[in-house]
Amino acid sequence: MTTTYDSVDEAVAGIEDGSTVLVGGFGLAGMPFDLIDGLIRQGASDLTIVSNNAGNGEVGLAALLKAGRVRKVICSFPRQADSYVFDELYRSGKVELEVVPQGNLAERMRAAGAGIGGFYSPTAVGTPLADGKEQRRIDGRDYLLEFPIKGDYALVSAYRADPMGNLVYRKTARNFGPVMATAATTTIVQVSERVPLGSLDPEAVVTPSIFVDRVVQVDARSYSVQGAR
Amino acid sequence: MTTPATTETPSVIEHLDRGPLSMNEVAGVIARDMPAGAYANLGIGHPTKVADHLTADRGVVLHTENGMLGMGPKAVGDQVDPDLTNAGKVPVTELPGAAYFHHADSFAMMRGGHLDVCVLGAYQVSVHGDLANWHTGGAGDIPAVGGAMDLAIGAKQVFVMMTLFTKTGEPKIVAECSYPLTGVGCVSRVYSDHAVIEVGPDGARLLETWGAPAAELAERLGLARSDQQTHR
Repeated sequence: MTTTYDSVDEAVAGIEDGSTVLVGGFGLAGMPFDLIDGLIRQGASDLTIVSNNAGNGEVGLAALLKAGRVRKVICSFPRQADSYVFDELYRSGKVELEVVPQGNLAERMRAAGAGIGGFYSPTAVGTPLADGKEQRRIDGRDYLLEFPIKGDYALVSAYRADPMGNLVYRKTARNFGPVMATAATTTIVQVSERVPLGSLDPEAVVTPSIFVDRVVQVDARSYSVQGAR
Repeated sequence: MTTPATTETPSVIEHLDRGPLSMNEVAGVIARDMPAGAYANLGIGHPTKVADHLTADRGVVLHTENGMLGMGPKAVGDQVDPDLTNAGKVPVTELPGAAYFHHADSFAMMRGGHLDVCVLGAYQVSVHGDLANWHTGGAGDIPAVGGAMDLAIGAKQVFVMMTLFTKTGEPKIVAECSYPLTGVGCVSRVYSDHAVIEVGPDGARLLETWGAPAAELAERLGLARSDQQTHR
């Protein structure tokens, strides 16, 4: 059952200290800015954040990090031209980091959402990121055992939601959203548009409502893109 | 039944009427060698230049791991849309026939062996095709892998695009990588300013050179390939 909220603060209510929170977005595309700002106001701390990056500039995830609410980041690519907030916290030992190859990060959350207890991936065999992992040869190829990453909460940005909570996304802002929506106990979604029941083509729904718990509509936000000229 | 004692040694093509290639020219050589109709991923940095040399009639479909097939050129002016970027987070455009998908599907395309070619940058490549391109291993260097390890082991063919020597003149094709590995035995060819080099289980072999004879480059790289035929 999906509940639609009128305010971001209501949508993020109840997130406990120490939660694991999956945060959508690839760089700034698909970053749930409003939900993160709501989480900062809500005050939960000691969080483990799972996201592809570790924040850009001082908005979104970087703002949450800067507010001192994050104990650990699990991500594929923390280091970017404008990731100075994370860089400083990491170098001063104030935040833990687990680096996971991007495809394994996605698949580990997919596994959590699909009820898979673990899987063997060929990615990272023979590299430093294989340290401590069980290696197994299957049909002549080497694989590493990877475990699911399950979230207590997922914060996702989508384009449109209907009253059921069915979602569609926009262009490459889709990225981790559909996978994270499946992998959390409570999935909270910010959308640009709420549309009437029956107006989303059932053939084109990307995230079916069963994966969505809370929806809130937010105003479109303009943001610049890294690399834009 | 006997087998021939020696197999025919493929010849190396030497371009001696000019100097080494610019990286833009290297991109052109990769585009030349890209199979028609290939699904290809171009890594961040120099490899993105390959797209500028691919004409539409080649039918190469570009994959970007953040979730798109049919990626078009870099967006300019009003085309810039913050929801549409490549893996380097640079705004791009979509071509007719493009498709969007989520991250688990995107990496299934690589890991599942559906992608024909990926082109990656590198710090070092070993003669056996080991790749080092994600981490210098330096103290205080924050590790960041992104999709590099997934790409390295996923595509049917991995092309590396790099300068053949470091700024201080050290070969980047090495017997064993000294930098932390991204993937083992995953690279099939290296495209560089001085040469195209095949790497793999049988070691490294020069296929094409620019600005210097193969024998001279083999010497600088420490490769024992004196048996190679050449034509000019």
